[in-house]
Amino acid sequence: MEPITGGSILIVLITVFVLAIFLGFELITKVPPTLHTPLMSGANAISGITVVGALILLQDTPYTNPGFAAWLAFAALVLATINVVGGFAVTNRMLNMIAGKRGRK
Amino acid sequence: MDKAIWDIGYLIASILFILGLKKLGHPRTAPTGNLYGAMGMLVAIIVTIAQMEFKVIDNFILIGAGLAIGGLIGYVMAARVQMTGIPEMVALFNGFGGAASALVAASEVFRRINQNDLPENLDLYVAWIAIGLSTLVGWMTLTGSLLAMMKLKGGVEIFGKWYRTPTWGPVWLNYVKGLFLIGIVGLIYMSIEEPGNQDYVIGIIVLSCILGILFVLPIGGADMPVVVSLLNSLSGIAAAFTGFIIGNNVLIIAGSMVGAAGLILTNIMCKAMNRQLIDVLFKSFGGSDKQQVTRTKIGSDPDEVAMICDGISKCVIVPGYGMAVSQCQHQVREFADILEANGCEVKYGIHPVAGRMPGHMNVLLAEANVPYEKLIEMDDINSEIGECDVALVVGANDTVNPAARSDKGPLAGMPIINVDKARVVVMVKRSLSVGYAGVDNDLFYEDNTMMLFGDGKKMMTELISSMKEL
Repeated sequence: MEPITGGSILIVLITVFVLAIFLGFELITKVPPTLHTPLMSGANAISGITVVGALILLQDTPYTNPGFAAWLAFAALVLATINVVGGFAVTNRMLNMIAGKRGRK
Repeated sequence: MDKAIWDIGYLIASILFILGLKKLGHPRTAPTGNLYGAMGMLVAIIVTIAQMEFKVIDNFILIGAGLAIGGLIGYVMAARVQMTGIPEMVALFNGFGGAASALVAASEVFRRINQNDLPENLDLYVAWIAIGLSTLVGWMTLTGSLLAMMKLKGGVEIFGKWYRTPTWGPVWLNYVKGLFLIGIVGLIYMSIEEPGNQDYVIGIIVLSCILGILFVLPIGGADMPVVVSLLNSLSGIAAAFTGFIIGNNVLIIAGSMVGAAGLILTNIMCKAMNRQLIDVLFKSFGGSDKQQVTRTKIGSDPDEVAMICDGISKCVIVPGYGMAVSQCQHQVREFADILEANGCEVKYGIHPVAGRMPGHMNVLLAEANVPYEKLIEMDDINSEIGECDVALVVGANDTVNPAARSDKGPLAGMPIINVDKARVVVMVKRSLSVGYAGVDNDLFYEDNTMMLFGDGKKMMTELISSMKEL
């Protein structure tokens, strides 16, 4: 079997990209207004996945001489983690408030 | 062990994201959906850290510190935010997400340039286009979201002085935005021609930051939910581009999925407001040419209103942004409790875009322990509003303006709650001033409308004490 090289990997990545876009379009159809804000906030937390990118770069990049690139990755890691943890936590608070009351009736 | 094994972990994370996003769209499964999303993120982070080989121990400390600091800040912010502040917080987090993607791109490009580790041929094109686009979208998301956040707040405090957030956008600004975009594309092209020159990248960063501000500047406060939702979509796209930079599947899947789903959500929100996305983005709305209010109306006092409300059998309460601003949801609920104790049926009519975020009113009323089943959506409440003795409108204006039923003016065609069909309308509002759309409201001047002029919390408190004195 041919090893997958540069161009082929790119095609695979683009395929994944395009299919995931279609998937995203299909996922959300009818959402009641109550859930618009939590859904936005939850989706926002998922877009914090860039935390993985920050982690990978921070591992590879020497932080001294010149450490500029590493500190950028560090800043990215902090911001992405705020996005992820804060996003899921605040979504959870909102949903508890909406759903919790319903359960208690 | 083969590195590919770890990709199974990323696959699991992706599946969790897909299921999570799907479940977030349905009321009953939404909490599970959020949990799935969080689990997916945890899996992705653990898989990433587990496959690291640590050559430099200091980087391990940096990683730990970054996760700890970010996690702590994020958790504290989310736990402490007031329920009314949530729209701003979502906007802020969104900006952080975009900035993180852009910083990853910047880090990668500066590392490669510093270490003279430049890719060649196809790899160069892929890496530099992805870096350029991630930079563009990421920084735009950051500055746009920060401005959106300030617009949601209504202003910003600098050195103790309060500045209102401006809304400004002549038509020619759209062409300026177009020029900026062309400039950025040009810079991306030049950065590929001369990959070792970091000035181009810095140029892209600066232009993108300005573009983000220009993009949000002309859009008024009431359209911010739509803008934040669109920026959310963009931050997903930025993450997907970042995935291309480091060749990682999970970033591409999660990012592009969030991007697409965010776009659909943006569209759903536009529909609820009866607006076209294009109009929201490129036609300045409600900022200028507000109608001058020429008519007057004598305000009522709480005692009068209390007498009207005595002995009624059905009442609908329609809250708006004013309730959020004055934080009077608890007083509203207390008022409803008094009515119910007197045998009156109380329902809440919720307009889909009441407040500054869809679902804003639901969250506030939930905080005041109003049972969920009393919150009635617009179409359902409209069908029974004719039976209501009193419609109490707390801090809402455009969402109950009968002008929307005509075919003229900025409100034309917007669905509204027909409170004017109730026997008596009581409006708690600070003045007769126009609402966000800049249209005068005929409802104020109707004979069966009683105006309670004043801050929502103060008026509701006075109304409650008047009711008790009866």
